[in-house]
Amino acid sequence: MNEVVTRAPTFIDEVCSIPGGEAINSCIQCGVCSGSCPTASQWDYSPRQVIAMVRAGLRQELLSSNSMWFCASCYKCTVRCPRDIKPTDIMHILETLAIRDGLSTRRSRTPVMYKAFVDSARGNGRVYELGMMLKLYLKTNPFAALKMAPVGLKLLLHKRMPIRPSRIKARGELKAIFDKARTLRGAP
Amino acid sequence: MKYYSYFPGCSAEATAAPLGLSILPVAQELEMELIELDDWSCCGSSPFSSVDKLDAACMAARNLALAEKTGLDLVTPCSNCYVTLHEANTHLKEFPRLREQVNEALAAGGSGYRGEARVRHLTEVLYNDIGPDTIGSKVKKSLEGLKVAPYYGCQLVRPETGFDDPESPHSLDELVVSLGAEAVSWQLKAQCCGSSLIMTETEMALGLINKLLKNAYENGAQCIVTPCPLCQINLDAYQGQVNSKFKTDYQLPVLFCSQLIGVALGIKADRLALDRNIVSPMKLLAPYLT
Repeated sequence: MNEVVTRAPTFIDEVCSIPGGEAINSCIQCGVCSGSCPTASQWDYSPRQVIAMVRAGLRQELLSSNSMWFCASCYKCTVRCPRDIKPTDIMHILETLAIRDGLSTRRSRTPVMYKAFVDSARGNGRVYELGMMLKLYLKTNPFAALKMAPVGLKLLLHKRMPIRPSRIKARGELKAIFDKARTLRGAP
Repeated sequence: MKYYSYFPGCSAEATAAPLGLSILPVAQELEMELIELDDWSCCGSSPFSSVDKLDAACMAARNLALAEKTGLDLVTPCSNCYVTLHEANTHLKEFPRLREQVNEALAAGGSGYRGEARVRHLTEVLYNDIGPDTIGSKVKKSLEGLKVAPYYGCQLVRPETGFDDPESPHSLDELVVSLGAEAVSWQLKAQCCGSSLIMTETEMALGLINKLLKNAYENGAQCIVTPCPLCQINLDAYQGQVNSKFKTDYQLPVLFCSQLIGVALGIKADRLALDRNIVSPMKLLAPYLT
């Protein structure tokens, strides 16, 4: 009698199952992604190592690292990958998993910025840049705001930093969409 | 007259206001009717898809559904909106389970997406639908003598959407030349500016911006032109920070493509919002302004 062997989904299954992550198993560890990345010198683990760590199942170590938060979404790795892997999309996937599981590092302020961005877009339907920036600095380092104040002031004086948020009319419909999405995702 | 559904994106209303404002008179001159998508929302931008994939896809799909109803191509001037909406559109076509979930969520808001929208970047439309020749034929004030560094940024030409070479693009160079200006040849024309990481990894991003300014300047550019809101703000608004950090003295105006085209088409400075650029381009452009 044939026995069906089942196993628990691994880290790589998880990444593969999300759109953009499906080709990760084709990686040959050539390192073109790391060599092409404009920010790789800052990463705890280089883009090539990130791919290897997904495949090795080093979930906790990777998701709590600063690596993917340094991805500026320039897609150079994606264009150059000889195996048609999409490292940029994979970094975004790892970011969502880190946030969902509460593992995102505090050594980078980028997760806080992204969350402020999303809160703003969810609530107003559009991104309120001033509100997002204030939230970011208040939640991370209010003193950093002082350093950035000259830039903010220049933008304000050149009428490029509206004080009031832009809002869409269909905010009710948008909320209904997100409420429904939450039930589909199975989150509380 | 050519008709398009128009998606300005959040930045074009705020930090990239010179882009949002200058496009309108330019489109008019080029006989393009940009019909703003009614009640458009955030595109579901990169930060969004880094926080929650399903919500980001719903956000994009809501806009794609609105565009689909118009029957017109959806054109955006923002490189990040472009790459986001384009990728979401591809994912919704390729992944039936995602499409099913997104449509179930959209239905709760009285919407639904069949997958028929077509997403395009304004630069691609200017290049392919209008074309450098037609634009050149409408030039009222040739930009002869002006040395311009065409800066593509990343997301306009990557990932491969088939419109231009992702590493050595040329479309913007041709548009610049059609205006009578000289397109400066420089190595970093499609290199990353650090995008929104300027807010969180400021020192690193300032390093990337410095490299870009240095490379453009050393190749003789008098100004930089870019279609991307993030590239423009990083190179323009943070140029002062770069100068303090690296003890440099760059005074390189950074124009949006629509502003440069507008000058050559004889549109007045105030309609092109040239006074909203941080590094003032007024002195450089004075000989060309009508």
